[in-house]
Amino acid sequence: MSPEDSTMQDPPGERSIAAAEATRLEAAAETADGTVAPPAVPAAHQSGDLGDDRSRQSALRQMLSSNAMVSVLSVLLALIVGGILIAATDEEVGETASYFFSRPGDMLSAAWSAAAGAYAALFQGAFFNFGADSVQRFFYPLTQTLTVATPLILAGLGVAVAFRTGLFNIGAQGQIIIGAAMAAWVGFAVHLPVGLHLLLVIIAGMLGGAIWAGIAGILKARTGAHEVIVTIMLNYVAINLVLFLLSTPAFQRPGSSNPISPQLDANAMFPPLLGSGFRLHWGFVLAVLATVFIWWLMNRSTIGFELKAVGANPSAARNAGISTTKGYVVVMLIAGALSGLAGVAQVAGTEKVLTSGVAASFGFDAITVALLGRSSPWGTFAAGLLFGAFRAGGVTMQTNTGTSIDIVLVVQSLIVLFIAAPPLVRSLFRIPPPGAFKTTGKRSSKNPKTAGGAA
Amino acid sequence: MTDGALRLRCTIEAPYGESHFFSGGTLKNYPRSFKRNAGISAAVLGVSALLLSGCGAAPEEEAGSAEGATDFLGCMVSDSGGFDDNSFNESTYNGMMKAKEDLGIEVKTAESQSETDFTPNVDSMVQAGCDLTVTVGFLLADTTKEAAAANPDSHFAIVDDNSIVADNVKPIIYDTAQAAFLAGYVAAGTSQTGKVATYGGLDIPTVTIFMDGFEQGVNYFNEENGADVQVLGMDSFTGSFDDVSAGKTTTQNFLNEGADIIMPVAGPVGAGSLDAVVAANAAGKDAKVIWVDSDGYETVSTGKEVILTSVMKLMGEAVEDVVSTDVDGNFDNTPYIGTLENGGVTIAPFHDQEANVPEDVKKSVEDIKAKIISGDIKVESESSPK
Repeated sequence: MSPEDSTMQDPPGERSIAAAEATRLEAAAETADGTVAPPAVPAAHQSGDLGDDRSRQSALRQMLSSNAMVSVLSVLLALIVGGILIAATDEEVGETASYFFSRPGDMLSAAWSAAAGAYAALFQGAFFNFGADSVQRFFYPLTQTLTVATPLILAGLGVAVAFRTGLFNIGAQGQIIIGAAMAAWVGFAVHLPVGLHLLLVIIAGMLGGAIWAGIAGILKARTGAHEVIVTIMLNYVAINLVLFLLSTPAFQRPGSSNPISPQLDANAMFPPLLGSGFRLHWGFVLAVLATVFIWWLMNRSTIGFELKAVGANPSAARNAGISTTKGYVVVMLIAGALSGLAGVAQVAGTEKVLTSGVAASFGFDAITVALLGRSSPWGTFAAGLLFGAFRAGGVTMQTNTGTSIDIVLVVQSLIVLFIAAPPLVRSLFRIPPPGAFKTTGKRSSKNPKTAGGAA
Repeated sequence: MTDGALRLRCTIEAPYGESHFFSGGTLKNYPRSFKRNAGISAAVLGVSALLLSGCGAAPEEEAGSAEGATDFLGCMVSDSGGFDDNSFNESTYNGMMKAKEDLGIEVKTAESQSETDFTPNVDSMVQAGCDLTVTVGFLLADTTKEAAAANPDSHFAIVDDNSIVADNVKPIIYDTAQAAFLAGYVAAGTSQTGKVATYGGLDIPTVTIFMDGFEQGVNYFNEENGADVQVLGMDSFTGSFDDVSAGKTTTQNFLNEGADIIMPVAGPVGAGSLDAVVAANAAGKDAKVIWVDSDGYETVSTGKEVILTSVMKLMGEAVEDVVSTDVDGNFDNTPYIGTLENGGVTIAPFHDQEANVPEDVKKSVEDIKAKIISGDIKVESESSPK
């Protein structure tokens, strides 16, 4: 492929031409010059660094122009806009605004106290409760954050590994639900001794999620059915399947026809991590271990390398002797098992029962978490913690200040919006685009490699 | 300072306010590519709006806030339907708000987005020091039970669930079948095609109790009058409480099969029935809808003219009643069961359909109501409170 050579020979001065060429090359790498359909996730978002990128820019500049910085600023920006919304919807602000010009201080201070009060409550509900009357209650919010983050991290990892392999796994919701259903059934219908029971529950959950995601993986690999459509449809199948199961006596409590399962056996449950005073359970440790495992898998193992190669350029991977069909199936099995674990964390950790709403909106939040974490294992972990904090803090914010819980959703959605539009955040904060200072840019070193593979 | 003087000052101040916005405001920070003219006109609009709305008189400083009549703290946690579900969450919320107004209590409310929010929400209510926490729906039963056991000094009430037996938990439930029985009788007596229909959102007891009562009311009409009115759709469920189009399709099917009175027991999905019936009537049919939970004639936005009557669960009243009993220090754990007798369930007036209901049916309804209250007529559903 000739453009490859021309990029390499570009003098450093002609940066704009080089940049344009890099963009063209990136597109070419994604579509193998039009011979295959573009992947659902752009290569630049997969952070699929196949080789070592030795960057020559200064640490500060790298930090400023990095994707992580954009993530952080997106969160900040969303919080600011959220604060304005909180103030604008506050009753007292509305009242004081009616006489803004005769005493403007009233409205400004009301607006400030509304936004600051709400965020203070959010903080207290997510980290430390300064008004607590015991040490336990002081740390309780932090443990709540970790508890809520557990399923988000697990499902987020599932979405992230699929992203890295070029698959847009929208089906985490369905995978959580099926995983939770299988785990719950093993949890309440089978009676086994301590240890063994929980182990079986975990395996059942992972299996449930893996089967559900595996269907999409196999369909993608064998028939080319688009994974976005298949996983979305499987979400509907999953939710309605569980609704049906909950309408059968096998999944209902004896003597009741309400769609709610019996509680899981005590043996089937994750033991509390910090004693019975907290809701935090060993599922969180599992989430940490899963993160470590995925980091190892994607960065240190052959399978991970193959998956990333498939994600970066399926044609190139195929030419290099990597089976893309195997890659698609394997990654969906892994993603599904992770989402299934999230389902286990729900039924065997916090909820203790199976209901149709057991997955909450975790499956969809997981997509956001994976995007915010730039599909890297530890990034996803951090993003999961952040969203856990939002959810945990939102409860306190709602109770203590009367701020609608929907504001939390608005802030979360704004984060996604800003992250989806990096140029917007960059221009607002006047951050240079990545590679603006580079003499040997990340892109011009990375893409020729992948493109070269396709040639 | 008079109001007039203030207004004058406002008008004089206006230009300064405006120029201030241009020089120090956010405008100059926009990227250069931003269409400045559009920005300025938008800002002028915004500022004028602010000026118009911001010119009221400032209130005098208050010497201190008036204390409420009581320091009772009443709290409520919704299920995932939210406070605007046109159903039990909304009614309960309205009941709490009415209690706040009438009794001068403090109120805290928490809306659950999903089932994972139940435990944290109830916990944060307990932490906030609520005297009485009202939870809504059977899905909150486990959480409520645990919280009640852990906090024996706090009081709890749970709407639409009768599974908890504890000293500090009062279940609030409804024998809705009784009122639905009356609606079934009215429907059978008013139907011209000899077919009526009902469908539910989900196959759960709080829904099927309406349908069971409705069917029994129709059967009773048949027995009394030697008629043969059929009930369609006893096994029809739309699968959710938010898919309005499913409600519309289901209703159209019933209309095509010849039913002329439809009772949707699916919360907001009932709007689909109203749509379908209004459309069918425009095409020459004469169909009607029976609403549930609240008086649909008062609450729906369109199509109220086709509502024959409504099977009402007066949850707001019950909740306010439980709160006021607790404020007076008379809390007890005996379940509150809404019946025709205590007015917890009833059917709404016929409103626009008054003329379409035969006089003898109207008379019989009063008669039947008395018989249900006295126990002469037994209305029993699998889902009835025991």
